[in-house]
Amino acid sequence: MKDIHLIRLRVNDREHELAVESRRTLADMLRHDLGYTGTHLGCEHGICGACTVLVDGSPARACLMFGVQADGREIRTVEGLADGEQLSDLQQAFSDHHGLQCGFCTPGFLMLAEAYLSDTASDGTDPTEAQVRELVASNLCRCTGYQGIIEAVLATARSRRSAGAP
Amino acid sequence: MTGAGRERAPAIGARLPRKEDPRLLRGLGRFGDDFTARGQLWARMVRSPVAHGRIRSVDTTRARRAAGVVTAVTAASLPAGLAIPVRLKVQDIDLNDYLQPILATNRVRYVGEPLAVVLAEDPYLAEDAAELVDVDIDEAPAVLDAAAAAAPGSDRLFASGNVAADFTLGYGDVETAFAQAARVVQIDVEIGRHSGVPLEPRTLLADVDPLTGALSLFGMTKVPVFNRDVLASLLGIDETLIHVHAVDAGGGFGVRGEFYPEDFLVPWLAHVLRRPVKWVEDRAEHLVAANHSRQQSHRIAAAFDSEGRITGLRDEVVHDNGAYCRTHGILVPELTVAMLPGPYRIPAYHGRIQVVLTNKTPCGTYRAPGRFEGTTAREQLLDVAADQLGMDRVELRQRNLLAPRELPCQRPMSTLGTDVVLDAGDYPALLAAAVAEAARLGYPAEVGRGRQAGRLRGLGLAAFLEKSGLGPQETADVMVSNTGAVHVFSGGTSLGQGIETALAQIAADALGVDPAAVSVVNGDTNLQPFGGGSWASRSTVVAGSAVHAAASAVRLRAAQIAARILEASEDDLAEGDRAEGDRGERGGGFHIRGDPTAAVSLAEIARATAPASRYLLPGEPAGLSARRRFEVAHMTYPYGVHVAVVEVDPGTGQVQVLRYLVAYEVGRAINPMMVEGQLRGGAAQGIGGALLEEFCYDEAGQPQSATFMDYRMPTAAEVPPIDILVEQQAPAPGNPLGVKGAGEGGVSAAGAAVASAVRDALGLADSVGRLPLTPARVRALAGSSSRAADDPGGRPEFLGALGHMAEAGPGLTSGRPAATPATTDH
Repeated sequence: MKDIHLIRLRVNDREHELAVESRRTLADMLRHDLGYTGTHLGCEHGICGACTVLVDGSPARACLMFGVQADGREIRTVEGLADGEQLSDLQQAFSDHHGLQCGFCTPGFLMLAEAYLSDTASDGTDPTEAQVRELVASNLCRCTGYQGIIEAVLATARSRRSAGAP
Repeated sequence: MTGAGRERAPAIGARLPRKEDPRLLRGLGRFGDDFTARGQLWARMVRSPVAHGRIRSVDTTRARRAAGVVTAVTAASLPAGLAIPVRLKVQDIDLNDYLQPILATNRVRYVGEPLAVVLAEDPYLAEDAAELVDVDIDEAPAVLDAAAAAAPGSDRLFASGNVAADFTLGYGDVETAFAQAARVVQIDVEIGRHSGVPLEPRTLLADVDPLTGALSLFGMTKVPVFNRDVLASLLGIDETLIHVHAVDAGGGFGVRGEFYPEDFLVPWLAHVLRRPVKWVEDRAEHLVAANHSRQQSHRIAAAFDSEGRITGLRDEVVHDNGAYCRTHGILVPELTVAMLPGPYRIPAYHGRIQVVLTNKTPCGTYRAPGRFEGTTAREQLLDVAADQLGMDRVELRQRNLLAPRELPCQRPMSTLGTDVVLDAGDYPALLAAAVAEAARLGYPAEVGRGRQAGRLRGLGLAAFLEKSGLGPQETADVMVSNTGAVHVFSGGTSLGQGIETALAQIAADALGVDPAAVSVVNGDTNLQPFGGGSWASRSTVVAGSAVHAAASAVRLRAAQIAARILEASEDDLAEGDRAEGDRGERGGGFHIRGDPTAAVSLAEIARATAPASRYLLPGEPAGLSARRRFEVAHMTYPYGVHVAVVEVDPGTGQVQVLRYLVAYEVGRAINPMMVEGQLRGGAAQGIGGALLEEFCYDEAGQPQSATFMDYRMPTAAEVPPIDILVEQQAPAPGNPLGVKGAGEGGVSAAGAAVASAVRDALGLADSVGRLPLTPARVRALAGSSSRAADDPGGRPEFLGALGHMAEAGPGLTSGRPAATPATTDH
């Protein structure tokens, strides 16, 4: 007998109501029940970070959360970053700095970095290369050697700060 | 027709943003698990829990009764006698006794070997039910040591023994070279078992036409046409009933896209049941099911004359191939010994390799197969030899590298069915350039500063030869549609390397259009039924050359049609259709020279080739398109040098790579940004193989590296910024673009360069012995280090050479370390 729960959540500012089995992971729910297939599963044990999404603004491994735990929460996935076809500054920076190759890990890095940039913007500091490297070490990428990812995050931090400066 | 029209900046050579990026960045890529078919069933593999044994029974009774289960199959349900065929047969060696069955029948030979498949309505239920399959195996001792397994009297995995192949490549009088040598140097080097481990696990969706049983496959990549044909043959159906679709792939690295047991099981079940079947591998499965690679032990020796010139090279290799010979057969062993002499002048060579089967996951290729291993062994040998000869490491290599006047150099050996002909290059110049670049970037100074501060730092260097552009052919179709959009249907496949962008750049220049007007589909077997796939650093070379030929043919045809439309001679046409305003924006049109108002766009030309068009002559086929085939008999051989600076913590044994340089000759860079990206990513993987990654087993053959906690891939904390020096001094003579492959040069010498640097840091007299250089191994090496506690030294003559080579360069600081402070634990 399946243990089904009715839950309600917002994903990328869109309301969803669905019935979900208690053991279903947030990642599977987002991908297969709601169609947000940009959230990728690389290890399903919380190491690689490809499934990173924002839960109430904080990065979380969607493979380590159950869907029911998202009840009443605000989720942001990679599909919520661009404005239509217009890439966000962070997405554009990833392309400019060749911060992706196969693109499988990319959504996780984007969400991780997006949360970090929001945090650092609010405390008004410019991140150092070492800080960004430590952040980027949260997730695994098998293609790029990380350099383009680090450069993209640093460049976005700089441009947001200069744009936000009085 | 001339190029007198408006100037269009060439796309080839430009650092264009990748065409793949926007969809991937928006989360709109289409990876295997992103495809869904109505009514699909989910497959779950049941895998052997033991490494070796006789199967008593595989009972699916309980699993079949579980909720949501549609069926469960074992080997008994399959057509009899099926096995995964070898894709690349080499050296005419028959491997039929050692092929992997689709599902194990009488015996299991590694943990993870497929025994049964459960199909259910839901992936969670399929996984539940798989645990209800009762497997009864009479366990046998696991055979895990390849050298012991090769010896007479070992427990046998196969009736015919454990040695699948034992062969020798070579030439010249090696015996005499060693007998008459002024000095012989010999070392033992082992390479640990590791693999590509792409971040996306394997997936496959097989949709099926309930009427005909025709299959649509999503998730098969790398060699889709070959896999389609294998599948058709195993299913006994015509290959046109199978359509492999182009998908995004989360990294290939040699591992993804070979024909595995699941690649038969999933389509077969869909075909038989007339229902779509989907399978998504989890990470724990991937680490025991997908190809392993690399594990070899080398006993390598060189004979030198009194001047330090190599007169003979000998290597005895034992290759641990795991439990079966899969699609790659004995390709990796062959490449190991065929490429071992590398970029050096080797008058006499003997390379013997034994391919041994053990109770581990079977092996295949991993990026730079055979070269990562062989380069590590050879370059460690040269480092040890330099010390024994009292020579600088750079000088010893310079003395032995083939000179430009000695190229092309045909080695009397073959690999991948082709003769080894080193085509074009200046190896000594690239080594000098790499040494100068490392000095300019301050590598020696960084070592010197660290040593002054009492740290164990070392500088490593390794030269290597790569190979790329394997034929025998590649086919491309180029077609222009009614809006002037250009479509390329290539036989390459997208594995994340950016091949869509590279091929668009090539087509754009051949057609005189903007790359934005070009769309590229790779790896769709209906759109390109003659593709050879993407592997062996071949795609830019052979797929690129085929696209170049097809696009050039379309260009000629377009000019012919334009001349008819404009009622002019082709000789009077110039490129460009500025007068057509925005229609000319994409380029590719023509005008009459001297009369820009008499112009026609590529879109108009394309429409003028529609059936019943008055511009078509009787008998001419409609459409503006061309199919061309590029054939090539020999590979092209890129080459390079890696330089590494490491610091060893003698207390923990941890090795930190501080600086890393890849210098690489690529012939011609279609997109330098992507070439650099390939080299950087490759170096990161190579550093992983040198320091971290290893598939370990316990004495029962149980995998000990079945999660990302235990199989340690490098993070941003382990990979330093990688400096890149891309040279385009030696265009490949064998293709119209002059390109050489860039896919593997970042990996090839990473094991060698890191080993060289660690050896230098520790002041070892012998080789490092074994990769990966894990903390435990490094602590053991540090304990055996010859370096006295008051000698932070290393090899000042090498540091001196670096400084000397770069004296003319800017920003040089002296690399010679002061030899005063004591080394202490810290």
